[in-house]
Amino acid sequence: MENKELSYHAKNIRKNILKQVYQAQSGHPGGSLGAADIITMLYFEEMNINAENLDTINRDRFVLSKGHASPCLYAALAEKGFMPEEELLTFRAINSKLQGHPNMNYVKGVDMSTGSLGQGVSCAVGMALANKLDKNDYRVYALLGDGECQEGQVWEATMSAAHYKLDNLCIIVDANNLQIDGHVSDVMNVYPLDDKFKAFNCHTICVDGHNFDELRSAFKEAREVKGKPTVIIAKTVKGKGVSFMEDQAGWHGVAPNEQQYHDAIKELEAE
Amino acid sequence: MAKIATRIAYGDALKELLQENPNIVVLDADLAGSTKSGEAKKVDPSRHFDMGIAEGNMMSVAAGLAASGKIAFASSFAMFATGRAYEQIRNSIGYTNLNVKVCASHAGISVGEDGASHQCIEDISLMRGIPGMKVIVPCDYNEAKQAVKAVAYTDGPCYVRLGRSGVETVTSDDYKFELGKGVVLKEGSKVALVATGLMVQEALEAYDKMEVKPTVVNMHTIKPIDADLIKQLAANHDTIVTCEEHSIIGGLGSAVAEVLAEAGTPCKLVRVGIQDTFGESGKPNELFEKYHIDADAIVQAASK
Repeated sequence: MENKELSYHAKNIRKNILKQVYQAQSGHPGGSLGAADIITMLYFEEMNINAENLDTINRDRFVLSKGHASPCLYAALAEKGFMPEEELLTFRAINSKLQGHPNMNYVKGVDMSTGSLGQGVSCAVGMALANKLDKNDYRVYALLGDGECQEGQVWEATMSAAHYKLDNLCIIVDANNLQIDGHVSDVMNVYPLDDKFKAFNCHTICVDGHNFDELRSAFKEAREVKGKPTVIIAKTVKGKGVSFMEDQAGWHGVAPNEQQYHDAIKELEAE
Repeated sequence: MAKIATRIAYGDALKELLQENPNIVVLDADLAGSTKSGEAKKVDPSRHFDMGIAEGNMMSVAAGLAASGKIAFASSFAMFATGRAYEQIRNSIGYTNLNVKVCASHAGISVGEDGASHQCIEDISLMRGIPGMKVIVPCDYNEAKQAVKAVAYTDGPCYVRLGRSGVETVTSDDYKFELGKGVVLKEGSKVALVATGLMVQEALEAYDKMEVKPTVVNMHTIKPIDADLIKQLAANHDTIVTCEEHSIIGGLGSAVAEVLAEAGTPCKLVRVGIQDTFGESGKPNELFEKYHIDADAIVQAASK
């Protein structure tokens, strides 16, 4: 897909992230906006997912291990036409399918229920193991936060992914260096991440998580690497696309007020 | 008849399951020899995954396998399966309602010499609290083998509690395990001994020792609990004595107490179990005596 088209979808996804969080007056705009380009790349170019195979396991799968970025996943599913856009307005409301953190049993296209950090990546390891057993070519993608990498389970999962030579697994770390309490490097420094994943016997690639060319070539490289999982460390800006939200830990889990919402939409539309 | 541990039945059941169903996979956390999950390797080593000493990861990996159409059996000692990996079971397996069967061995104080760090007396309580989780505590080899095969074909998450020590075979040859249905082993009067797991053999020994013969029930399923049977027992007896190798908090005793209290019955309840304390090293029979859960303790409880 042309980068111009990817940008168009990413912009719509960002607008729908803000719409959901604003409507709910609850949710996580910062990490959702920051992950928008990665998730756009996955859903509109990298993964073989479409309306026909959506409801099956015979396709590539995506695990949003950083489940709090659910508005980004829901917006992507709506942008793909897998759910009506109006449904996004039910995000976090009572009786909605769109839970604060994704539930696989409520939403077609959500491949794993996540929210408790560290667990999603292990689930992705299980899916990749199943694909190996079944000798199919489907790939599994897991998106982690860099703060999430403080969870010991991420390293248990990585160790097992490398041990079982899961070259059908691609882990993407959304590295925005922010978590709720501040900068990742100040709260609990988990960096350098690439060296750590390398030491865990993974192939690692560092890219700009907002650059479609770099993401494209990283995913291509990941597909070509055999015998080990690939970890893409994608440097991102939390809140990307809305200047007053960019690189601010304060926008991790706070909804914009009416003025901020309109300012944010205006800025995205002006792009 | 020789005593045989329920974990042995687990290994034997897995071998049969792997032979009959290509979708069954098995995971363990470096205890495949002890839990007997390693028996699966004899049938198909490619479907047995040793995940190393990392129980949390193992549970979520099992969930991922189940999300890809597999029926996943995940094993460790009860302490580490349900304790260390509680939240992974709750969120990756319970909340998702995935087909993962947590089969944990070395439950209770019958672990013996390893001591309190390895004697899990809270696992039934932990697993029972998870919405949708079924909890089964087989009493002998025969029942354990059938229970393991039954959970393989029961939709959703299940917990099966298995023991390290040998137990007598108390079920008959033609016994048919039915999930959620308690089994009346002896019909008596005044007192009903409602036991689970290896405490069924202790209850039967207590039966032999008691002058006024009690009713003896094998309550192999703790969740969903057989409330109809408990209410029936309450109507026909003065006292129910629950017998479990588990804390009196949150296990069989609690499940029966909930049914009795809501039914508003006058039937008295006495809970034989670990009295809100940790165990210690020792031989299983010594521990059963010291912690008042052996046949004599049941006889004593029945006279309360």
